Amino acid sequence: MNQDLIYKKSIKRNIIEFLLNTIAITFTFIVVLPLVLVLFYVLIKGGEQLNFALFTQLPEPPGDDLLSAGGIGNAILGTIIVTTIASIIAIPIGVGGGIYLAEYAKGGSFSKFIRFGTNILSGIPSIIAGVFIYGTIVSTKIIFGSSFSSLAGGMALSILMLPTIIKTTDEGLKLVSDNLRKGALCVGASKFTTITSITLPTAFRPIVTGILLAVARAAGETAPLIFTALFSFYWPQGSESFLEPIASLSVLIYNFALEPYKAQNELAWAASFILIILLLFLNLLARYLNKLTIQNK
Amino acid sequence: MSNDQSGQYELRRRTDSERFLDRAFRDLSITMASVVAVLLIGIFLFVFSGAFESIGRYGLKYLVTSEWNPVSDQYGAFNAIYGTIITSLTSICVAVPLGIGTAIVITEDILPKKIRETIGLMVELLAAIPSVVLGLWAIFVMEPFLRPIFIAVNHYFGWFPFFSTKPIGPGIMPATLILVIMILPIITSISRDSLNQVPLPLREAAYGIGATRWSAILHIILPAAISGIAGGILLALGRAMGETMAVTMIIGNSLNFNWSLFAPGNTISAMLANQFGEADGSQVSSLMYAAFVLMILTLSVNIAAQYIVKRLSLKY
Amino acid sequence: MNTSAPIENLISKEKIAIAFENVSISYGGNEAIKNLYLNFPKGKVTALIGPSGCGKSTVLRAINRMNDLIPDCKIKGRIFYEGSDLYDPNIDPVEVRRRIGMVFQQPNPFPKSIYENIAFGARINGYSGNMDKLVEKSLKKAAVWDECKDKLNKSGCSLSGGQQQRLCIARTIAIRPDIILMDEPCSALDPISTLKIEETIHELKNNYTIIIVTHNMQQAYRISDYTAFFNAENVDDGEGGKVGYLAEFNETETIFGSPKQKITKDYISGKFG
Repeated sequence: MNQDLIYKKSIKRNIIEFLLNTIAITFTFIVVLPLVLVLFYVLIKGGEQLNFALFTQLPEPPGDDLLSAGGIGNAILGTIIVTTIASIIAIPIGVGGGIYLAEYAKGGSFSKFIRFGTNILSGIPSIIAGVFIYGTIVSTKIIFGSSFSSLAGGMALSILMLPTIIKTTDEGLKLVSDNLRKGALCVGASKFTTITSITLPTAFRPIVTGILLAVARAAGETAPLIFTALFSFYWPQGSESFLEPIASLSVLIYNFALEPYKAQNELAWAASFILIILLLFLNLLARYLNKLTIQNK
Repeated sequence: MSNDQSGQYELRRRTDSERFLDRAFRDLSITMASVVAVLLIGIFLFVFSGAFESIGRYGLKYLVTSEWNPVSDQYGAFNAIYGTIITSLTSICVAVPLGIGTAIVITEDILPKKIRETIGLMVELLAAIPSVVLGLWAIFVMEPFLRPIFIAVNHYFGWFPFFSTKPIGPGIMPATLILVIMILPIITSISRDSLNQVPLPLREAAYGIGATRWSAILHIILPAAISGIAGGILLALGRAMGETMAVTMIIGNSLNFNWSLFAPGNTISAMLANQFGEADGSQVSSLMYAAFVLMILTLSVNIAAQYIVKRLSLKY
Repeated sequence: MNTSAPIENLISKEKIAIAFENVSISYGGNEAIKNLYLNFPKGKVTALIGPSGCGKSTVLRAINRMNDLIPDCKIKGRIFYEGSDLYDPNIDPVEVRRRIGMVFQQPNPFPKSIYENIAFGARINGYSGNMDKLVEKSLKKAAVWDECKDKLNKSGCSLSGGQQQRLCIARTIAIRPDIILMDEPCSALDPISTLKIEETIHELKNNYTIIIVTHNMQQAYRISDYTAFFNAENVDDGEGGKVGYLAEFNETETIFGSPKQKITKDYISGKFG
């Protein structure tokens, strides 16, 4: 065998390779470690608290003589309500805006500004969205005289969802082959028919993936809610609940984590458990859909 | 001519309603798109007009003084601005090598494919953990665990201004570390995408002349991906500056300025989260001034990110 | 014709540069080339021709272990170079590629200056002589010096396609390999550039073993001493997959003048492919 070709461990070049490999793998380990640790603690500490009452009871107001801080039923429901409100606002606007960018925009300055604005909007700190809704909706009591409300919370969240939905709709529609569009237009379909019955259905999966990711992000957000939806120790009451402050898992975690009482802290871990399970489910579902899309290509 | 055509093409002439629908749909989509512009301009004007009074009253002095006193109506945000900048820059310095290293592990063939795919998935799931849960974890797990290390650093390096106070719990340092965790997924996944986009022929060129894996990575592949990576780093910086919940929970929300990273501090977003709900009078305007500063910071970082991606990617 | 039997010994043993011994290569589950026996002669130009999908590029890329970059690529059998099996686990692929250079189908200069394109490879190969001289010599050998000499600091990507490809040849020569592999080096170029590359190959012939994959039969005839004709046959996997095999290998004159296989004759005369 030719000795020149054999892999030599101890020459300088291979030592450097080995060192750099080791460094990179160590870095990777450090990056992955927090995920494992956070999930571990949330699942252990939150899992301990898991019982039926957690879902059916209301949280107790903070106090030092409590054995149990009650349940988080209203916060789970609240998170679902606020996120749904946000989705109802953001999905039509986002998909509509995405349709404009992908199907109608001709590269003029308006569409350039919208694209640019979408990127900038996605970079706006979430707390600013909260401040904005607080200033325009909550403090002005513009909606039927109500101040803090689930509607205001949903609006603040929808600002954060909007850019993600626009971008994924735009990109999803752009993946649709132009021949398909030409084909539809050539049999005399109007632009409306082409979009609604040809391009949108074709791009359905990537768009839904984007929407799911946006919903997952909104459901975990706290900053935009703390002075829009605020918090509540009660169940949402019928249709009035849209105009009343509402509890949510994330705000509950924030409020109760900072309480000096152990019972409340434990409830925060339980809420984290539920929230994380919900978000991981949404994320994995989105990723699964996305994978299907790629495989179909 | 044959007469056996059984159907009639009644829609050969488009009906008025169809025409209307077509146009209405287009107008609707334009309206939806305009919402973005209206929102963006609205937010900007709202924050600016809210801050107007304070900008007039305190001017640039607001940026360099750190007295924050609602009783005597004296406001200066240096403390919060310092906190915002020091936490975000420090966290970027820590996260960039970690994130790029991880992206290299995911895209190059150092480890078997299955492991690399798992790492990629884990990094994306890390991004899915909400800020408030990370804050909870930081308060009850991370900070108590790291405190002995901080105390030791303070003990031996206390002469250095950044380590000069005794760690007492919440502070700038744990806030910075939690920010590192939050921006790692952004840097890693954008770097990974940029590295994946380096064309195969370029890799082949490098390996074809006998480059080792790391000389190909460091001299050819990374430089070719640098625009995307730089853009990703700036996006992460913007995110770090605006991040609110986890930081608010662990930074201590102190109104007093201190150079030390072990001392409790504040950031603009933490200050907004803590005070905005209960503020009134000129405190509101002063908070809006802080929000305005935060907007300017994140806006310029984000615009720079877009510019860099566009500008540098033209080269290849 | 399922397997290509060992080709009769055209080349005496000491004149073999690369020897394939019963090599099969597959991507994922799909076999690309099957049971290949082939000896490449030293100091000659060997052309690999055949219809697309016959695995000739795969064979070429196996020689300097470029296929390592493609995940799921598996190789069976042995490829000998100077008495060593190139796929022995002890072999360092980096060492292999430093001795067996490659020019690719698409010109792929580094996004660096023309000078650096040459110097980078030389430097990582531990070249310690006068770099300016090496750059000049390599560019001259690749017949691109006159076009480049006044703009050595300009980006390699600013050159025309043909010039880029000759720059890539210069880059390969600069690391002084024993063997140069060329994977359809002219397929992306115009006729004039093609002619210039062919002239370059003629120049290089005296010092190097060259193995070239080409789609262009006239080109194979013009530049090569030996020619290997690969063909593809259908496999019964129900998916219409194809696997390549070596149909005939001989001196170029013989292949083009009096091929032994009918299939070779049909291909040469343009009946298929």
